[in-house]
Amino acid sequence: MRKNKALLIFSIFVFAFLFVPLLIIVVTAFGEAPTITFPIKGFTFKWFANVFKSKAFVDSLILSGKLALYATLVALLVGIPAAYAISRFSMKGKGLLKSFFLSPTIVPGVVVGYSIFQFAILKLHMPVFQGLLLGHFLVVLPYIIRVVGSSLEQFDFSIEEAAWSLGCNKVQAFFKVVLPNITSGISAAFMLAFINSFNNIPVSMFLKGPGISTLPTTLMNYIEYNYDPTVSAVSVLLMLATIVIMFIVEKTLGIAAFTK
Amino acid sequence: MGYIRLKDIRVSYDNKNNILEGLNLDIQKGELVSLLGPSGCGKTTTLRVIAGFIEPNDGQFLLEDEDLTHVPVHKRNFGLVFQSYALFPHLTVFDNVAFGLKLKKLDKNVIQEKVDAMIKACDLEGLGQRFPKELSGGQRQRVALARALVIEPKILLLDEPLSNLDAKLRINMRIEIKRIQKKLGITTIFVTHDQEECFSISDKVAVMNKGVIEQYDTPEEIYAHPKTEFVARFIGFENFIPLKKKENHVYVGENGALFHVDNDVDCQSCQATIRPDDILVITSVDNKENILKGTVEVRTFLGKSYQYEVATELGRVVVNSSNEHIYESGQDIVLLLPANKIILV
Ligand SMILES: Nc1ncnc2c1ncn2[C@@H]1O[C@H](COP(=O)(O)OP(=O)(O)OP(=O)(O)O)[C@@H](O)[C@H]1O
Ligand SMILES: [Mg+2]
Repeated sequence: MRKNKALLIFSIFVFAFLFVPLLIIVVTAFGEAPTITFPIKGFTFKWFANVFKSKAFVDSLILSGKLALYATLVALLVGIPAAYAISRFSMKGKGLLKSFFLSPTIVPGVVVGYSIFQFAILKLHMPVFQGLLLGHFLVVLPYIIRVVGSSLEQFDFSIEEAAWSLGCNKVQAFFKVVLPNITSGISAAFMLAFINSFNNIPVSMFLKGPGISTLPTTLMNYIEYNYDPTVSAVSVLLMLATIVIMFIVEKTLGIAAFTK
Repeated sequence: MGYIRLKDIRVSYDNKNNILEGLNLDIQKGELVSLLGPSGCGKTTTLRVIAGFIEPNDGQFLLEDEDLTHVPVHKRNFGLVFQSYALFPHLTVFDNVAFGLKLKKLDKNVIQEKVDAMIKACDLEGLGQRFPKELSGGQRQRVALARALVIEPKILLLDEPLSNLDAKLRINMRIEIKRIQKKLGITTIFVTHDQEECFSISDKVAVMNKGVIEQYDTPEEIYAHPKTEFVARFIGFENFIPLKKKENHVYVGENGALFHVDNDVDCQSCQATIRPDDILVITSVDNKENILKGTVEVRTFLGKSYQYEVATELGRVVVNSSNEHIYESGQDIVLLLPANKIILV
C-alpha cells in the first residue's frame, strides 16, 4: 500500500513536469501583453488571428504538411518492401544493411542536412522543394523500416507459405496476406514519420530556400526577432491538431497500433 | 511404382552439412504415410521438399511419374497443414477456407457450396463468420484442415498438426484426420515424433534418423520387427545384448549362454533386443536356454508394474514385471528371454 502511494506521488510529479510547461504555453497564448508573460493579463484571441494573417506562417504550415505527407508516402513505398526484404531473406551482410538503414537515426540531422545541401542543392542544383523532400525522405525512412520491420517480425511467415500452397504467387501473397496483417504497423509508422518530418528542424534549416521554409524553421526565425504570443498560439494549434489526429487514430485503429 | 516418389534427395542448408542424404521414398496412391523420427532428423525438411518450399540440392521428386522438383509451390496444388495452423488472422473462417478457391477464380456459388460442404465435413458449422482468434485450438486445427482440403489437393501434407493440442483432443483429432483422409482417399504424408500417434493412423511408417530413412514398413511390421538398433530404440526396445551365431536360430552370449531365436537373420555377430515388458522373471530354472541371471539394482514404480534395472553377466537389462512379486534391490533373480520375443538387429 505504501509502495503504491509512493508510486502515485512519483507519477504525479512526472506528469506535472511534462504538463505544466505545456499548460503555461497554452495560457500565454491568450495574454494581451505584446510579449510572452506568465501569469497573463487580460484575455484575447488576437494572437490566433495573427497566425492566420501572417502569410509566412500559413505558407510554411502548408509546406510542412505537404512535405511531411509526401516524404512519408515515398518512404512507405520504399520502406515497406525494404523492411520485408530485410526480415524475410537471410542474405549476406544483413546486419550491415540493417544498421545502414538505421544510420540516419544515429547520424545527427545537421550532418544529413548539410550533406544533402552540398550534394543535391550545390552540385545537382535541385529545386528547393525537391531538396527538402529528399532530406525529409531520408530522415523518416529509418522510422518506417524500423516500425514496419518490427511488425513483420511478429508475423508468422508460415501464414505466407500457406497462401503460396493455396495458389498465390509471391506478389499476390504479399498483398493478400502479409500487407493486411501489418496495417497497424504501417499506420504507426506513418504517424511517427509524419510527426518527425513535420517537426524536423536540422535538415530543413539547410535546405530551405528564399520564401520557402517549413513551419518549425519559420517559428525559429520569428522567435529570433519577436517575443509575442503568436508562437504560443501556433503551438496551441499544433497541439490541438495532434490531439485530433490521435483521437481519430484511437477511434479507427485503436491505440494498440502504436504499442504493437 | 509409387504415386509419389522421392529419388536420392539431398538437401543442405549451408552447403557443408547434408540434412537429407540420398533419401528415397515411394508412396502409393491413397496411402497415409508417416514420417517418424527424433527432433532434428529432417522430417520437416523432407515435407518442405515435397511441398516445394525447398529445392533439393540433388535428387528428384516425382508425382505420377511427372518431375515436379522445380515446380514452384503455388503451381503444385498440394494441401498443407502447419504446426502453427497458419490461419489468415484477418479473414473469417469462411474466407480462410474459401481462399484457395477464390484464387482459382471459381464461380461464387460454386465456392459457397464447396466451402459450406467442407465446413460441415470438418465439423465447423456455425463458425463461418468467426475470426481465427475467436476459435479454440481444436477448431483452428480443423479450419486449417478444411482450408487445405477444399482445394482438392493431389497430396495432403501435415507437419505435426496435433502437437499444440491437449492429449484427449489429439486422440479425437487423429481419428478425425484418418476418417476424412480415408473418405476422400487422399494421399497423405504426416510428420510426427509421437510413436503412438503415428502407429495408430498410418498405413505405412518411415522411421527417419539423421536425414535417411532407416525403415519403411507397416506399423505392425515396425513394431514387431525393427530392422536397426536405432529403430528398435526409438520404438521402445531398451535392452541390447551382443551375441554370436552358433547355428541357425541359435546364438551364444559372451558368457557362453545359449539363446534360441525364432526370427533368424543373416548375421554372424549381432545384437539381440527385447522390450522390458517381454522379459519374464522366473523362479525355477528348468531349462538352460534363453536364461540370464542377475541382481536387481534399482526398482521404480510405474503404476501398473514395477521396472527393475538388473545387472547381468551380459550387461544391464531393464525389465518390467507385474506387482504380484516384488523384488528388492540386491536380490538375485533369473530372467527368461522368450525365443519369439527376441529381435536381432
Ligand atoms: N532454414 C534452416 N537453415 C539451416 N538449418 C536448418 C534450417 N531448417 C532446419 N535446419 C536444420 O536441419 C535439420 C533438420 O531440421 P528439420 O526441421 O527437418 O527437423 P525435424 O525432423 O522436423 O525436427 P522437429 O521434430 O524438431 O521438427 C536440423 O538440424 C535443423 O537444425
Ligand atoms: Mg519439424
